[in-house]
Amino acid sequence: MSHATTSRTAAAGAARPEPGVDRRPLARQRRNRVLLQVACILITLFMAVPIYLIALAAMSSRQSLQKFPLSFIPDNFSTDTMQTFLQSTGILGGLINSVQVGVFTLVLSLLIGIPAGYAVARFAFRGREPYQLFLLFTRALPIVVLSVPLAQLFLQTGLYDSVFAVVLLHTALALPTTILITASVFLGVPRDVEEAARIFGCSPLQAFLKVVLPMAVPGIAAASIFTFVMSWNEVLGASILTLNQRTLPAQVLSSLSESPLAYRFAGGFLLVIPALVFIFFMRRYLTNMWGSTIR
Amino acid sequence: MAAPDAPAAARPHVPPAGPKARAPRRKGNPAALLLIAPSIVFMTLLFGWPMVSGILQAFGGPEGLTTANFTRMVQDPYFWSSVGNTLLLIVVMIPIQFVLALAMALLIRAKPRGASAYFYIWAIPLAVSDLAAGLVWLTVFTDRGYLNSLLASWGLQPVSWLAYDNYPSMFATVLIAEVWRATSLVFVIVVAGLQSIPKDYEEAAGVFGASFWNRLWHVTLPLLRPSLQTALILRTILAFQTFAVALALTGQNFPLVVGETYRWYTGLQDPNVASALALVVMAVSMVTAVGYLKLLRDQTEAAR
Repeated sequence: MSHATTSRTAAAGAARPEPGVDRRPLARQRRNRVLLQVACILITLFMAVPIYLIALAAMSSRQSLQKFPLSFIPDNFSTDTMQTFLQSTGILGGLINSVQVGVFTLVLSLLIGIPAGYAVARFAFRGREPYQLFLLFTRALPIVVLSVPLAQLFLQTGLYDSVFAVVLLHTALALPTTILITASVFLGVPRDVEEAARIFGCSPLQAFLKVVLPMAVPGIAAASIFTFVMSWNEVLGASILTLNQRTLPAQVLSSLSESPLAYRFAGGFLLVIPALVFIFFMRRYLTNMWGSTIR
Repeated sequence: MAAPDAPAAARPHVPPAGPKARAPRRKGNPAALLLIAPSIVFMTLLFGWPMVSGILQAFGGPEGLTTANFTRMVQDPYFWSSVGNTLLLIVVMIPIQFVLALAMALLIRAKPRGASAYFYIWAIPLAVSDLAAGLVWLTVFTDRGYLNSLLASWGLQPVSWLAYDNYPSMFATVLIAEVWRATSLVFVIVVAGLQSIPKDYEEAAGVFGASFWNRLWHVTLPLLRPSLQTALILRTILAFQTFAVALALTGQNFPLVVGETYRWYTGLQDPNVASALALVVMAVSMVTAVGYLKLLRDQTEAAR
């Protein structure tokens, strides 16, 4: 836009008899900057206000939630609602289960995913293309297709209703992404340093553990956060695979219809908190991850 | 595994006599297979096995193979309304999300003051689940919620947005919650795509006097095609899986297909019909993905 306006300014200045400065393009530019800010602020309000409101609702006392109209400012701060929610049956256990499932999923998918990602990044082996296609295909499969049959299989094998059952499902869901992300991370580690390590007497495994892995840690951390968030948020599979060992979202979902509003608000807020934290740490990696892993 | 590996391992010793350096690439073969083997075994066990047993389950009955599960599924009064709701939601939501995400990405690229803060806030819903999104918007739309509080403070009559007999407003609440939650994914993909486009093209078009809309339509969007294509496929497949947002907002009043699977499995305890529904979801997802790929490829070829 700037080029078009400057050339027009030059034309306008030439046509004009007096040598005054034409301020219109400047004004237009300023107006555009203002419009830009206004648009950004409007979208930010749309994105942020709902989160503010659920935080407000979860941090209000039960009495103030009964009032109508509700207050839009935090004039009635209280942790009662959150405390009552955390003391409800199955919530604390669900929280612990959720964290366990998330951490185990993360560890298992890294254990299986890192070697595979390294292989995809470093070796041009036969079947690499089909393998990558296979990963993309599995990533496109709906969770629901796996959950119902897996529940039957786990019932037969005695894994049903355990943290491990959910871990297996979540690892299967996270693994394709983990492999693709770690592959792109390892592509970013120069081959030279690895070869240098080999020349100085490292075995291939030592070279990987002592040289390549430390350089890949930030990217792998991003992949892990991604896995944890996926596991934390996944509700359908966790609800189908468990009965008593519910994860937090599964517990909230199953008691949704018979619970009071305050309970639901508190549950929603607790489920949103990790999103705020994770995206804050991930924000630099987000575009890299989607840009590099998708194609 | 060992048998096909052996010749591959032996091969590298031959090429060094040959002219060029294909040898070091193939040398990785057995090691690479060893490294990807665990993932293949794991994925086959957790994808292949359930897929097969899921298909058998969908067609399974007390006496052998049957299509009775599909008949029961189709005859359920909620089935067709759930299909209709899911399709309507996708058809309305996807265009809104893409226009909004594109606008957001262009705004960020214009580098407003505080761009990194905007990026952070706009990306937050990326990590919010559909259940949580439903609960977040429940605070707004519930009868004694924040939207009605706002209306009341302006002296207007409160509206019961989530009432089962008010279909348009029920649909609108689910739509808004889903637009809020899932636009971030498209946004991040489009931002990543925009970063990979050199600014030169657009500046060149600008020098030749192309307007903003012309540059967007003829320069930026065609260059963004790969990103948009990925986002479209990913978003549509994920949109078929939406269900908890509608459950959290409306209970059973706005059924979606995957929500019906959940209901058949947990509520009605009929895994066979649940499997049949799951198969429908999978078939529709696959057909959509392939259809998009074909459609977008045809258009690229027609453009050439």
